[in-house]
Amino acid sequence: MWDAEPISKPLAVPPVRDAVQPLFDRVHGWITTVDHKRLGILYIVYALFFLVIGGIEASIMRLQLIRPHNDFVSPQVFNRMFTMHGTTMIFFVAMPVMFGFINYAIPLMIGARDMAFPRLNAWGFWMTAFGGIILYFSFLGGSGLYGAGSTPDVGWFAYAPLTSPSFSVGHSTDYWIIGLLISGFGSIATAINILTTIFCLRCPGMTLGKMPLFAWMNMVTAGLVVLALGPLTAAQLMLLIDRYLGGHFFDTQAGGSAIIWMHFFWVFGHPEVYVLVMPAFAFVSEIIPVFSRKAIFGYPIMVGATISIGFISMSVWAHHMFTVGMTSYGNAFFVASTMAIAVPTGIKIFNWLGTMWGGKLIFKTPMLFCVAFLFQFLIAGLTGVMLSVAPFNWQLGGSYFVVAHFHYVIVGGILFALFGAFYYWFPKMSGRMYNEKLGKLHFWVFLIGFHLTFDFMHIPGILGMPRRIYTYEPGRGWDTWNLIITIGVLFQAVGILIFVYNLVSSYFKGKLAGDDPWDAWTLEWSTSSPPPDYNFATIPVVRSRRPLWDLKHPEDPDWKYE
Amino acid sequence: MSLNLGPGKLFRTASAWLCIGMTEAAFAQAGAAPGSASIFSPASTPADSIYHLSLFVLAICGAIFLAVFSLLVYSVVKFRRRAGDDGREPPQIYGSNQMELAWTVIPVLIVVVLFLASARVIHAVEDARFPAGTTEVTVVGHQFWWEFQYPQQGFIAANELHVPVSDPQHPTPTHLTLLSADTDHSFWVPRLAGKTDLIPNRTNNMWIDPHETGVYVGQCAQYCGTQHAKMLLRVIVQSRADFERWVVEQRQPAQPPGDSVAKGRQVFETTACVNCHTVAGTNANGKFGPDLTHLMSRETIAAGAALNNRENLRQWVQDPDSFKPGALMPAMQLDEHDLDAVTDYLVTLK
Repeated sequence: MWDAEPISKPLAVPPVRDAVQPLFDRVHGWITTVDHKRLGILYIVYALFFLVIGGIEASIMRLQLIRPHNDFVSPQVFNRMFTMHGTTMIFFVAMPVMFGFINYAIPLMIGARDMAFPRLNAWGFWMTAFGGIILYFSFLGGSGLYGAGSTPDVGWFAYAPLTSPSFSVGHSTDYWIIGLLISGFGSIATAINILTTIFCLRCPGMTLGKMPLFAWMNMVTAGLVVLALGPLTAAQLMLLIDRYLGGHFFDTQAGGSAIIWMHFFWVFGHPEVYVLVMPAFAFVSEIIPVFSRKAIFGYPIMVGATISIGFISMSVWAHHMFTVGMTSYGNAFFVASTMAIAVPTGIKIFNWLGTMWGGKLIFKTPMLFCVAFLFQFLIAGLTGVMLSVAPFNWQLGGSYFVVAHFHYVIVGGILFALFGAFYYWFPKMSGRMYNEKLGKLHFWVFLIGFHLTFDFMHIPGILGMPRRIYTYEPGRGWDTWNLIITIGVLFQAVGILIFVYNLVSSYFKGKLAGDDPWDAWTLEWSTSSPPPDYNFATIPVVRSRRPLWDLKHPEDPDWKYE
Repeated sequence: MSLNLGPGKLFRTASAWLCIGMTEAAFAQAGAAPGSASIFSPASTPADSIYHLSLFVLAICGAIFLAVFSLLVYSVVKFRRRAGDDGREPPQIYGSNQMELAWTVIPVLIVVVLFLASARVIHAVEDARFPAGTTEVTVVGHQFWWEFQYPQQGFIAANELHVPVSDPQHPTPTHLTLLSADTDHSFWVPRLAGKTDLIPNRTNNMWIDPHETGVYVGQCAQYCGTQHAKMLLRVIVQSRADFERWVVEQRQPAQPPGDSVAKGRQVFETTACVNCHTVAGTNANGKFGPDLTHLMSRETIAAGAALNNRENLRQWVQDPDSFKPGALMPAMQLDEHDLDAVTDYLVTLK
């Protein structure tokens, strides 16, 4: 029989951390920490730092493209900017920030005291951190500051043979390889850690079928990281062998294959999209139910859809290669597999709608971001279906349409869900509430900026504008669209400033949040905000997917229906 | 299930209009800009079949968008918590197998239809058979220009691809064999066909059969290095007679220049120019740069980066970076006198 006692009360231990420590000790504490919550926050802060850097790189590109024949930057600088922007945003913003939230939330949500391997966890973070530092050292290293050092300029997917020593002289490509190689090891370690934690550290009563969807989706994320990063790491080692030990894997001048690099890269690159979008799905699957005041609709189907997306995403990679001259059968296969993934993705959207249907929707900032996520992810999915039609892709692939599409996925989908997650878990992480007015202002300003930039970006693609060009001729019908796109960037930048200001000022001056500001249902809200080092004084015991619902509604608990 | 197809039909019609509206917007833009390359104004069979497929896909996606978007807007408006709410939790509903089945089966059916429609066009474009009289051109991508070899006629041109117009009743297509001399490139002239990559150590194929004469613009669509942006493409579609005349001209070796430019020719043939450029009928037979035998028959230089006139040619030889920073042609370091002489010589290469 369930009693109405709190799931876990804090232990009566003296609050050591509250005593003011000297700065050195505090910094030392953060650097040597193996606490999943602190590492999570380190990941998140690290990613926010690089988000600003990557955003500056994007702004430089947009200023250059604001009008035809602009000479704000040279082609060399522009090529470095898009290479660094893409690499940074994927490897040093999106992945770390997701790992940050997963690290922070998973042990709390499954009633564990830490990750399965706390030291490996710290190692994973520091590998990621060093990877980013090495990549950015390229601005200084190599031939020095002269000519912006040797920053990589081969594009974020670094197609062979542009990376071979004949076409990439100096060390720029080496910085790219080594930076990603090192952070890749960290990511694999973290993914193994996440999998082990979810499999082995769930609290009593939490069978796999009673885990929050957050844990399910991030289990698939971690599985995909383990499967997908291997090929990238292997390819990078092969590229290093080509560059320094006289190998010919991708050296077309000596009989190597440019196509094989593409296969290696995209067999990583496409699952990577789902590595990033699955955590976004996970955020939305937690936030929408709480702010709709309803249980998630179709939990078992959501789990099934998640797993099938995981599997199918491993077999769609060559839709990035529809223009490389595959046979008609090869192309048809990847059309079919790519379209197939739209089905479980659609199921998810319908289930989120089903969760909202008949609920009592509360439009706090996290929910606003999730509703915008649904709208934008729907459009991103549909332009994805258009691109999966190989003949249509022969026109749209490699154009600004594709740039608009994947920014719709990554910004309109993933980043919006991520902002929702920031506002949702900020009270738990900091113990204080963010400023709701500033949160809503951030939402609307960023929404306007997003749509100005990325809605209008589809059109120059349709009018024949390829991606990765540092300038263009007037009279192609692209001028007006590019102007509007650049104006949108300004709004997005202001939105980000409001966001960062909100986080920082609320951290110091926000109202105290209390343990459970959202009247939510998963275990992290049963402990204090911020949680103590040990998370839970006594390991909680659960009987359903929403343990706090059971606690708050003893007359109508979930476990009767599951 | 009642056979209430009304709203569905309405949706589809509305979405079709929406898509056509978007297309029209693109067209309007296309009409305003002479150099337009909208994928929605096709002028050749591969581009045309993609265009028709794309309208079908847009209509389906538009219909899905309207349906789901309406559900989202309805939920947001209808189910928002009202002022004066009693604070009770709404009824908890955990799922519905019928609903799940519906929104699984219907998307599966849509996907099957889309797949079949795509497969048809993939087959029609990729596995096309070519009639006798097909013009063969071998396209070689270079950093950052295009080489066009005409093996049947035995000459080489650059950057401006001349092809004969094709009558849809009696098609005379042009078949392109795509090669690369260095890095990856992609041949994209949106009004004629989708893009196909040029990949070193690999042979790719594509074809076009333009239905109307005129100039079609495009450019390299796969990042290939510093000057990827100025690797522009012009396809000049000519009537059969004009094309044949152009072929006859191109097959001629360079006309022996008059004495007035002997000095320029001497400068050209005794400096590094000849290491990279060919002028048929002279000792200049380099292969790294564009063939200059009929340089002045082209409208542009530097792969479309500048108009082909005396002034631009002179500046290009003096300082290629002024048009195209990062181009592989070096600044020739000629004094003013030699520069004028070599420019005088170049403009005689008609």
